[in-house]
Amino acid sequence: MLRRRSLLAGMAAGLTLSGCGSNRWPRGSNGEEMRVNFYNWDTYTGETTLADFKAATGISVRMSLFGNTDELFARLKAGNPGFDVIVPANEFVTRLRISDMIEPLDHRRIPNLRNILPEFVDVPYDPGRRFSVPYTWLVLGLGYRKSRVDGVPDSWKWVFDSDRYTGRIGLFAESDDIIRVGAKYLGASVRGVSPAMTRRVVDMLIRQKPHIKVFHHDEGQDLLAAGDVDIVVEYNGDIAQVMADDPDIGFVVPREGTLLNSDCLCIPKGAPRPDNAHRFINYLLDAKVSAAISRTIRYPTPNGAALALMPDDYRHNPVIFPPADVMARGEYGDFEGIARAQAVDEAVTEIMAA
Amino acid sequence: MTAARSDSWRGARGVFAILAAPPMLWLFGFFLAPLALIWGYSFGENVSLTQIAVNGSLGNYARAIKPLYLAIIGKSAGLAALTTLVCLIIGFPVAVAIAFAAPRTRVWLLLLVMLPFWTNLLIRTYALMAVLRREGTINTLFGWLGLGPFDLLHNSFAVVFGLVYVHLPFMVLPLYAALDRLDRSLLEASLDLGAGHISTFARIVVPLALPGIVSGIIVTFIPALGAYLTPDLLGGTNSLMIANIIERQFKSANDWPFGAALSFLLIYLTFAAITLQALLARRQDEARA
Repeated sequence: MLRRRSLLAGMAAGLTLSGCGSNRWPRGSNGEEMRVNFYNWDTYTGETTLADFKAATGISVRMSLFGNTDELFARLKAGNPGFDVIVPANEFVTRLRISDMIEPLDHRRIPNLRNILPEFVDVPYDPGRRFSVPYTWLVLGLGYRKSRVDGVPDSWKWVFDSDRYTGRIGLFAESDDIIRVGAKYLGASVRGVSPAMTRRVVDMLIRQKPHIKVFHHDEGQDLLAAGDVDIVVEYNGDIAQVMADDPDIGFVVPREGTLLNSDCLCIPKGAPRPDNAHRFINYLLDAKVSAAISRTIRYPTPNGAALALMPDDYRHNPVIFPPADVMARGEYGDFEGIARAQAVDEAVTEIMAA
Repeated sequence: MTAARSDSWRGARGVFAILAAPPMLWLFGFFLAPLALIWGYSFGENVSLTQIAVNGSLGNYARAIKPLYLAIIGKSAGLAALTTLVCLIIGFPVAVAIAFAAPRTRVWLLLLVMLPFWTNLLIRTYALMAVLRREGTINTLFGWLGLGPFDLLHNSFAVVFGLVYVHLPFMVLPLYAALDRLDRSLLEASLDLGAGHISTFARIVVPLALPGIVSGIIVTFIPALGAYLTPDLLGGTNSLMIANIIERQFKSANDWPFGAALSFLLIYLTFAAITLQALLARRQDEARA
């Protein structure tokens, strides 16, 4: 039964795509064409989410995929090609906001915002959620192969400042993340890392380099699963995916604290159908809809009403939801200007070239 | 040239113009114009996350010639040169074998050389990763012999291995073209006049194939210098190449002017090298004359 339903959903999606070339879309009561263009990460909705929205509202969703937020930003930089709803990470919410590329949200049209847990409403990167609503959140930590490391490697030390796992360490190549987490290990905040602290992180990582096996681009879970590395910096959701197939893989958030991220729903400037976009966002925040999404993608949800509907193996999964004391030491990063972004990029180039 | 032939050429000029127009338009519209745009960016500055002011600034070039970036360019050139050398050493015997094979076999051998182009580079690179990794094909074979496992992936060896694998056809094909045109009677004359095989190879074959060797070196070295996928996927912590830095400027660093300046620095250096090579070749020709 489920299979037939997903087949139908696939066909519906196919029809949506084939129909998108025509401009004879019926208009809804709000005067907008009955469709929404959704720009999202891959495998980041529930199995039937889009088809269910169509069934509930008559509005078709056409989803396009991006590989990383840089791609999303580059695509919108030249002007919105027709997207109604996008899914940038928190730092990109800031970038899009200061570049005047996203619309303020009308909270009256998103009543399901009340489902969002309070700690995700007033966030530094978008106080009061004027421009974005949270869709998922992520924690940077260490994925490791249990049989090849000693106990639980619950410190950044093991990847940044130690030769114990020499030649078996994988680090994230993303400039900002690595400098920020490095600063966190050295006792600073992930925000407003000073040039002097950046220097200390660069020196530490250059010293550590002989022990590092590889700098990866968010494929740390694959490197770990394939046995190329035994301990790797990665996001919790990615490691949770490979843990399902390999019980020898573990994940821990280091005790020094970590970097938090959150993927958000936004409406880009120039969205052709802003009212449909609000309706779609409100739909995604519905408790049942959001719970169905979380069951598929297994990322932590900021949606309290949805969380209440989730089974124990999700709610009490320490990979998806690290312990409260660990979470308390986590911080969100923020975009801190072009000059700072260039300095961080050059710092990482220096580490890589050393 | 006789008058009749130049007339027919003049008549053909219209046809030539019609035939040449689409590729020329293509070249201007999709190659030179975008390239000019990027060249303009290299003299620009980021004024916001989305806007670049082209104001004749030389700041990007000043940053690009910092020792940090020059060292990476130098290292990339080293890796590309090593790749080219290995390609030449492997490619020359292959090209000789193809050139001297029976015509029917030759077609098949050429097909084999070109076969990898039928598969996307990304897929070939992922396949190489599966071959080289610790639990990969080669280490499994070594395992049967009771050896290893060796760290073959994520180091400079893997990068050169991958670059050689990808660029070998670029070396073999021009070498083959040069060797194919070689006048065989010169080889017979050399052997008849008492030169051994090695001497014939060194004093007859290599000098005659020199144009093929030079173009093989150029068409291998330049794309190898600009490789970014191979070092990115196969490289370790010490295998960063300049194209990886350039890619980052256009993507995560969002610094197009600096990325443009680095790209053009590479283009200027490549042009300088080719010009130097042409000048040296001409001087050598003049000296010989």
